[in-house]
Amino acid sequence: MSQAPSPLLEVRNLKKHFNTPKGLLRAVDDVSLTIEKGKTLGIVGESGCGKSTLGRAIIRLQDSTSGEIIFNGEDITHAGKKRQRWINENMQIIFQDPFSSLNPRQTLEETISEPILISKRFKSKAELLKETERLMDLVGLDRRLRRAYPHELDGGRRQRVGIARALSLKPQFIVCDEPVSALDVSIQAQVLNLLLDLQKAAGLTYMFITHDLSVVRHISNDICVMYLGQLVETSPSKELFKKPLHPYTKALLSAIPSIDIYHQRERIILKGELASPIDPKPGCRFASRCLHAREKCREPQRLVEVLPNHYVSCWRAEAL
Amino acid sequence: MPKKDARPKKDSPFAQVARRLSKNNVAMAGLAIILLLSLAAILAPIIMPYDYTAMDMRNMYAKPSLEHLFGADDLGRDIFSRLLYGSRASLSMGILSTLLSTAAGIAIGSVVGYYGGTVDNVIMRLLDIIQAIPGMLLAIAISAALGSGFLNTILALSIGGVPMTVRLLRGSIMSLRNLEYIEAAEKINCSKLRIMLFHILPNSLAPLIVSVTMGIGNTILAAASLSYIGLGIQPPTPEWGAMLSAGKAVISKYPHLCIFPGLCIMIVVLAFNMLGDGLRDAMDPKLKS
Amino acid sequence: MPHNKSDAFLSVQGLAVEYSSSGEVIHAVNGVSFDLKKGGTLGLVGETGAGKTTIAKAIIGILPRPPANVSAGEIFMNGRDLLKVDNAQMRKVRGKEISMIFQDPMTALNPIMRVGEQIAEAIFRHEQVTKKQAEDKGKEMLEMVGISTERYREFPHQFSGGMKQRVVIAMALACNPSLILADEPTTALDVTIQAQVLDMIRSLKNKYGTSMLMITHDLGVVAEICDDVAVVYAGEIVESGSKEQIFTSPKHPYTVGLFKSLPDINSDMERLNPIDGLPPDPSNLPAGCSFGPRCPNFSPKCQDHIKLKDAGNGHFYRCW
Repeated sequence: MSQAPSPLLEVRNLKKHFNTPKGLLRAVDDVSLTIEKGKTLGIVGESGCGKSTLGRAIIRLQDSTSGEIIFNGEDITHAGKKRQRWINENMQIIFQDPFSSLNPRQTLEETISEPILISKRFKSKAELLKETERLMDLVGLDRRLRRAYPHELDGGRRQRVGIARALSLKPQFIVCDEPVSALDVSIQAQVLNLLLDLQKAAGLTYMFITHDLSVVRHISNDICVMYLGQLVETSPSKELFKKPLHPYTKALLSAIPSIDIYHQRERIILKGELASPIDPKPGCRFASRCLHAREKCREPQRLVEVLPNHYVSCWRAEAL
Repeated sequence: MPKKDARPKKDSPFAQVARRLSKNNVAMAGLAIILLLSLAAILAPIIMPYDYTAMDMRNMYAKPSLEHLFGADDLGRDIFSRLLYGSRASLSMGILSTLLSTAAGIAIGSVVGYYGGTVDNVIMRLLDIIQAIPGMLLAIAISAALGSGFLNTILALSIGGVPMTVRLLRGSIMSLRNLEYIEAAEKINCSKLRIMLFHILPNSLAPLIVSVTMGIGNTILAAASLSYIGLGIQPPTPEWGAMLSAGKAVISKYPHLCIFPGLCIMIVVLAFNMLGDGLRDAMDPKLKS
Repeated sequence: MPHNKSDAFLSVQGLAVEYSSSGEVIHAVNGVSFDLKKGGTLGLVGETGAGKTTIAKAIIGILPRPPANVSAGEIFMNGRDLLKVDNAQMRKVRGKEISMIFQDPMTALNPIMRVGEQIAEAIFRHEQVTKKQAEDKGKEMLEMVGISTERYREFPHQFSGGMKQRVVIAMALACNPSLILADEPTTALDVTIQAQVLDMIRSLKNKYGTSMLMITHDLGVVAEICDDVAVVYAGEIVESGSKEQIFTSPKHPYTVGLFKSLPDINSDMERLNPIDGLPPDPSNLPAGCSFGPRCPNFSPKCQDHIKLKDAGNGHFYRCW
């Protein structure tokens, strides 16, 4: 594209807190990001880091505590019921679990056509059926499976049904919440390719949430690394793998088991486990596990642009 | 509920349940008994050998014989005919009041389960109060207050069953509400009503159907008990519980007056429980293979 | 599979397991043979439903019978055929000589029993020790897997997923078994935690010289921890050899496809190369090579019975 890239989505200082009996759970704590039209932003983090909550808050499946969500130049953070219908037609989600994301008592046809049925975007039954079949073709589902129930399908096909449902309203933006984590590698590659093809064909914009760094590299233009509700590093995808800056990103990268048996990366074994996101102390949240922690890490950190478009929230990043 | 085409969907979840159920001999025996009794109840006026009110003083307390299959009662009325006709009252009261209480339970349970919060709190505490009173006592109190009769008895029997249905449905709604396909339904602009009717209720049906089946058996028993103590259906309309009660005075001399109504009650309650048990097994997803 | 009996500690020969349900027979394992060297680690790699877990369950004798049935084969451990050992004997073998680690730690932990006591009980049941000695040993085991003995009296729900898996490993090692069957022990864990646990498994294994059968779908984990590899597809071993042989010169088209379909952390965004199609229905396997229908080099000859081919130095594959 020759014109200046325009962000389709901009998130400013988004917070999502939950009141729990043990204290305030800061699932998403002051996250800002932008995604350009037609691009993919990868959100990487381990379980419990708040990445799914972030995705759900952005597409307004959940209300956020504070901050702004700007979609297509419009602040949708507090959109009313009417506007929400429009938001839903333009922002969709693909879920992780191919089992719990489909209604077990609906046939594929019913699941895929339901969004169109509700949006009344069809003139006749025949048109509805035709559109359903078009969607099934699009995601590579055999038309004969129209009357099948989810339990008759394998995980990969079920995930295709979820994708068809998300596409049925022709959205601009899709949150992919670990869409391939539950699938076997050979099937995983099929689904990832499908997502890439669909993006190319329809100019879709993705936010791709995952814990798997090798998957995210293949699909994302930019990557945000998330730890305990905060972004610790954001960077163009290539750059992040070439030159990770935050100690957590480095540990995460080194922890991936590599299939290259002769050139095993040097492993960084972190101490301890993920701390609790309930009433965290100010300062770097990773400090308790960080091998390079210093006294100054107890002060609040913020994302700083260290290299062009490469932000990191660690004051020692350049020294390390 | 999703519309059901009769033929091609051989593998719909309901078809699967039916297939598994059909392999369960005990459950099928229960179902057979229920169907047979229902048929008998419907055809009672035609197949009764005698009029259920016809008195025959020559045959007072007659023992079972070819003439009177199950014998005759204190007024010489044919017990077999009275049992046949009485099954109409017993079965219809059992089925209707269970359906009534389930319908009320579904309505209240859906509201409570979906909205939660204050609505949930207020309604659930009210139901707690109802549940704190023993079911039989509640039914006695209500039918004493409303007076006896068919409709009043149904009402009296159904109110006690409402809290359980509400609880059952509320529990399954709450566990379903967090599933991803409910989130997906919200995201494709489904109205709350549609989510309830198309996505939540069809998936909560399994435990409900089991509880309804078992409930019918219990309610028939409760209806018989009410009649036994003189509430409920009034003579001369025959009713199993009332027949049992009438026979109790002469039980040592003419036991057949009690044995046959008692057997009827036992068999029908057992049949519903057998079917209910089988349904539960057939619907348990853990047994699916 | 040709083998050398002298250095094989565990030798599985021609194992076949069927599940039968309502008149349908599912061929889960079809004539699997492999050897495990004393102190060695064999990786059993394959996708969901390939029959990996069934193999492990057959070895340790916990297949649910019915519906499962071992229809053929022998499992030699220390020269004794485990399939001929009676139930009472087998109960002594389990836990003492062979232990198994499952993917979900909660299948092995009792939720209402203190973790320390669970370890001590495992020891008490199999060894001639007093309660006190068992408790001391239990504490020692906890420390060995990196959990402070202060947590001896805590309950499983107070532990995180990674910690629970450590407890399970401590329990599995408590009686110093000579064989460990690890069924996807790190699949449910985050990468950084997985790195910690794999690191620990490796060092404990070296310390005690335990032999291990590592069941996984993750080739990265195999590269990390295994000496030898057997690739399982549709209940058959399609290729086996040393890690170096399999990773550097895979011969079977399925193995080659698996490697190709992996997203590579070292290369950039692009389409992946998935294996087309789906694994076969185990109740209706294709004639000849079960990978045939998905194979890029399929020819009619593939529908004949395929014998194992020797690629030299213990590297075998089932393809002509």
